[in-house]
Amino acid sequence: MDVLTLSRLQFAATSAFHFIFVPLTLGLSILTAYMETRYLATNDDIYLRMTKFWGKLFLINFALGVVTGITMEFQFGMNWAEYSRYVGDIFGAPLAIEATVAFFLESVFIGVWIFGWNKVSKKVHALSIWLVAIATNLSGLWILLANGWMQHPVGYVLRNGRAEMVDFLALVTNPYGLIKFGHQIVSGYTVAAFFVMGISAWHLLRKNETEFFKASFRMAAVFGLVSTVLVAVIGDVHAVEVAKTQPSKFAAMESVWETRRGVGLNLLLMPDPINECNSVEQICIPKAVSMLAFHTPDAEIKGLKDIPKDERPPVLPVFYSFRTMVGLGTLFILVSIAAVFLSRRDLLEKYPLFLRLLVFLIPLPYLANQFGWIVAEMGRQPWIVYGVLKTSDAVSRSVSVSQVMGSLVGFVLLYGFLGVIDIYLLAKFARKGPDNDLSAIIKPRGQEA
Amino acid sequence: MEFQIIWFVLWGVLWGVYFMLDGFVMGAGILHNVLGTTDGEKRVMINTIGPVWDGNEVWLVTAGGATFAAFPTTYALMFSYLYTALLLLLFALIVRGVSYEFRGKEDGDGWKKGWDLAIMVGNFLPALLFGVAFGNIFAGLPMDAAGYHGSLLYLLNPYGLLTGVLFVLLFLVHGALYLAVKTTGDLSSRARATAARIWPALLVVAVAFLAYTRFATRLYDNYLATPFLFVVPLCAVAALLGIRLFLVKGKPLIAFAASCLTILLVVGTGLVGLFPNLIPSNLDPAYSLTIVNSSSSLYTLKIMTVVAFIFVPIVIAYKIWVYRVFRGTVSIDEVMADKQAY
Repeated sequence: MDVLTLSRLQFAATSAFHFIFVPLTLGLSILTAYMETRYLATNDDIYLRMTKFWGKLFLINFALGVVTGITMEFQFGMNWAEYSRYVGDIFGAPLAIEATVAFFLESVFIGVWIFGWNKVSKKVHALSIWLVAIATNLSGLWILLANGWMQHPVGYVLRNGRAEMVDFLALVTNPYGLIKFGHQIVSGYTVAAFFVMGISAWHLLRKNETEFFKASFRMAAVFGLVSTVLVAVIGDVHAVEVAKTQPSKFAAMESVWETRRGVGLNLLLMPDPINECNSVEQICIPKAVSMLAFHTPDAEIKGLKDIPKDERPPVLPVFYSFRTMVGLGTLFILVSIAAVFLSRRDLLEKYPLFLRLLVFLIPLPYLANQFGWIVAEMGRQPWIVYGVLKTSDAVSRSVSVSQVMGSLVGFVLLYGFLGVIDIYLLAKFARKGPDNDLSAIIKPRGQEA
Repeated sequence: MEFQIIWFVLWGVLWGVYFMLDGFVMGAGILHNVLGTTDGEKRVMINTIGPVWDGNEVWLVTAGGATFAAFPTTYALMFSYLYTALLLLLFALIVRGVSYEFRGKEDGDGWKKGWDLAIMVGNFLPALLFGVAFGNIFAGLPMDAAGYHGSLLYLLNPYGLLTGVLFVLLFLVHGALYLAVKTTGDLSSRARATAARIWPALLVVAVAFLAYTRFATRLYDNYLATPFLFVVPLCAVAALLGIRLFLVKGKPLIAFAASCLTILLVVGTGLVGLFPNLIPSNLDPAYSLTIVNSSSSLYTLKIMTVVAFIFVPIVIAYKIWVYRVFRGTVSIDEVMADKQAY
């Protein structure tokens, strides 16, 4: 294998691993902050115990998210030096801003939140988890503006042998980045909602701490319903943006080979990239793809055949990942509706099958997030910056095969090891349930007030 | 050119503050198993580090991000040329970060011993590697039109290694002083004694470093051209002597402040000598990466300057607030009383 392939594999592996932890952080930070706010408002101990229990899981997950994030920043320089040199003038800015504006805030106040239970007032303590939640989401905004620029470059000119920023405002208002950000954060919230519902369901099946887990479940169900619906709504807007700005990605997502108007959506479809057609096309919804793409039934969709072969993304992974993601997203909405309905009416314990289903559903939103990123990143190929720079021209020139082979193996071993431990600890503390000895919980100062 | 200079200064400040803050985390981490004779003492040390290590590490992320945004060519070449060294650094920082979180989550003896070792290695390696990397940056990297001619082994040249040892000793004294200030009783006095014991070695290595720098680098060129600049290394030496002075006087907090200053001034000494290079070439100065030939466009530098001037003061303000919240010492009793504590 060459440096390019190995570097791509390494970036895929390290970002996919990083992204096991990020979505949960996005959502669980908000849920935990909300729980602590409820405690502040009601002074009811159940919310303090919820904050502590879900907060502990949040932290175990958070630790790996943080440490694997640094890898991402370093890799642009280490493995993609030509990319960094060529686009650093505009791409470096959002990364630097992310660190300055968001990452500092998150990392400083997580310290206050973990270690400050009896050092700051209750209000400041709750504020610090809110700041963590806001900073985490803000961090996502800057990262997705950076990624959005790779997908749909704006606000630059090619000058002095590189892409130079000429319009910062265009960079930060890039619709592609903003829509992607919206789609991503609610996808993260979905992971958190199903995580909380799943673990609560596991305990409810065992009649453990019923009140505690019913309350957690109710909260997560509402959060989940709002999030899953928003995932679909913003996802629809996102698809329009993709169709407009990245026709090759859109064609691969829907496996459209011929340029036509009023393209229908085949519910059963199997792409055949070798013969440049679809080997199976069944149950067609007329004009649906055109509708999805441009919200107009007769809109023209550019087919893959009209895109030069060396500018087409790999159709199979993009197509199947997209289908799976959409299928899972639909499932999540249905399950969330049922979850809200049953938990509001206090019927959860009457449907143990539903609870069991929720336990098994925990990993699926994670998968949906990963599939979404496969669509986004593989669908952009062969470009690293769409239409501007090819991935093959972006890789470091001074790095050797043995170096990247060594680092890739190192990452797989280290990440594998840490991932197993992290998931083991998450499972262990999730099963253990909340601390029922309240005296063991140090209460924030100002408790008496 | 003004904005390039602003960013060179900011670049130096980010690295300086990073080493000042993460330096005590690394130093304390290397001493984790030496000073921590019992599980309780180790937990105390983790609790002095716990609230701040993550925020301190972000200075590194910001220094990296600032290099990317302001000097993209330097970022691209520095990171790809130092590939293997940075990889080891990353692995160490990753292991270190999770160790603090994981260590207290299981009761087994082997589990804790494993993470204790991880804390030690995960803090020692970055200290050494940063020193080696900066020593080599001071001396220049072998780069020319054909690219880079070095390797990990090349970086381990005598001057690079000496700078590595200098960083390790600086951080050891720094970390020991931090622990002396932040802990109580026996642990605190042992930390203080450790700082005093390591200090003479630090002095010797620092003098050797200043002397060797004359031969291994061209850092002194700027000083000889503008002798007034010698004030920076002189202050560094004064601060270094100050550590000893205040340690003897029994004032560890002021000694810690002196070691903060020492670290900032050591970084300052190197950067004053480097200017206007970010990474000199030791083969042909025409291929040195300078603040001019590796910088972003003026527009980007202006935007980033505005961002930095608004947000860095805010960051500093809430960081100071946090250090005030966690001022005072951490005692064994309070750590033992809280079973949720780390």
